[in-house]
Amino acid sequence: MTDEHRPTLGEMALEVRSKNAGPFWITMELFMRSAQDYAVVADESFINADVIAALYDLDPANIQIFHIPALNVVKISFPRPVAQGGLRDRDIHAGQHHVPLAALVPA
Amino acid sequence: MTTTPAGPAPDRAVRVLSPTGMVGAGFPPETVDRGIRLGADVIAVDGGSTDSGPYYLGSGTAKTTAAAVAADLRILLRAAAGAGIPLIVGSCGTSGADAGVDWVAGIVDAILREEGLALTVARVYSEQTAAALKERLGQGRIHPLPPMGDLDAATLEGCSHIVGMMGHEPIADALRAGADVVLAGRATDTAVAAAYPLMRGMPAGPTWHASKIVECGGQCTTDPRAGGVLATIDQRGFTIEPLDPSNACTPASVAAHMLYETVDPFRMREPAGTLLVSDAVYTALDDRRVRVEKSRFEHAGQHTIKLEGARVTGYETMSFSAIRDPHILSRIDEWVALLREILTGRVRQTLGLGPSEYAVDIRPYGYNAVLGDIDPAAGPPREVGVLLLVNAPDQATATAIAKVANPLMLHLPTPDMDHLPSLAFATSPAETERGAAYEFVLNHVVDVDDPSEMFRIETAGGPSRD
Repeated sequence: MTDEHRPTLGEMALEVRSKNAGPFWITMELFMRSAQDYAVVADESFINADVIAALYDLDPANIQIFHIPALNVVKISFPRPVAQGGLRDRDIHAGQHHVPLAALVPA
Repeated sequence: MTTTPAGPAPDRAVRVLSPTGMVGAGFPPETVDRGIRLGADVIAVDGGSTDSGPYYLGSGTAKTTAAAVAADLRILLRAAAGAGIPLIVGSCGTSGADAGVDWVAGIVDAILREEGLALTVARVYSEQTAAALKERLGQGRIHPLPPMGDLDAATLEGCSHIVGMMGHEPIADALRAGADVVLAGRATDTAVAAAYPLMRGMPAGPTWHASKIVECGGQCTTDPRAGGVLATIDQRGFTIEPLDPSNACTPASVAAHMLYETVDPFRMREPAGTLLVSDAVYTALDDRRVRVEKSRFEHAGQHTIKLEGARVTGYETMSFSAIRDPHILSRIDEWVALLREILTGRVRQTLGLGPSEYAVDIRPYGYNAVLGDIDPAAGPPREVGVLLLVNAPDQATATAIAKVANPLMLHLPTPDMDHLPSLAFATSPAETERGAAYEFVLNHVVDVDDPSEMFRIETAGGPSRD
């Protein structure tokens, strides 16, 4: 093992973002800078429903992943674990939910 | 730059001016002037969203302040009247509840009088009664959308407000009946922009796609803060350009907008059918205008109207204290657990309430309040703000529970401490009453025979008004 810093997706990407898609869904996007970096996140052995489910404590069956090579984007949508604006919703616009995704480090 | 959009002659195209993503957000007035000079045929603007939470629908009040809405509408009403083109405002008053439509109509009425403008104003109401919906439910005509389950009558009865999301049809009905200004209740963001081009015979694919792209004003440009956009829709596609000459649309900025706040970036359901953009081709016409072709719209066999409803969950009181002591911060999880445990006991002891009779959320801001267990970071925080949010069946009980928590939020130690710390309350009094709290409970669609049957139009004013 070396101490070499391996970049996170947040560091590699142009932008990693999350947002409500209506009151009952969250959607996230990885905007990558190049086709080469897109290939890293589009690799289904790296980002797949099981990985996202583990990261966000979700049922993998409810996770939708979209590949958009023309934009170098991978988009991930899933039902909100907590309905928007209720007592236990701590991110009304779901604008900070990209952080666990952005912290991933590709192999 | 003073060139006019390329493409077919004006009588073969319809130009939609979208000044901003939401009335009240503001925009440079000169961007609207420029859109008018470029030949805008209609001004379409959104007035609401569910994005800020269930409170606005639940209470029927607006997120925006009247002065900001009035400032935007004054510019748009003058521009529309001057050019003799319609102005359409969707989802009035944030939620599109009837009270929101009336609130915006009151603002519009005052502006029209002050400006001496004689415009015919139509209000299109979208609020639904539980009684009427229960009848449709009984007929098996209401269906859940994922992730919701089947609807029951009690859920409908429990809502303080329910709205149906109109498509373009009721807006077009109001325009055909002679409205210059259409103030719509809850409408799909796209219907607001699509109504007029569809009326003028523009094809569904390009019209709905253009309407999705312009829904948030300048969001589809490279500088979303520089004002809105103009979409020129014709028989083959549409062309989009920013209203600010120094701003730009690029194929990437336009295509990326299909990702924004959508579950599926390729398919988008409207009341009348589904917009399909997987084959769409985005081409740069120059350095700031984009041409989009091959968008498709698949008409649905069954027309559906989506419902939104919110209900009161209780009444909330919040309290906020803060911790800077490194010892407590090194054991913040234990401290939060102890606060919860002792508070539960004290509430039972003093108020006689068990945990099922109220709800408490303790949020250690600065530690993991936002993401909780899924937070990837570790390590002790430098400072934590402790937000206590209490929900109870009435305001007095919520406040009583927060007051029972007060000595704990002031002096609670961690289990290993042998003295009582004093923590940093942010305000005096510590407690703030938040009033009624709401939640969204509907994510269902109604099968309708007539796309306008759930909406009501009232028209007032016009050339003879004064």
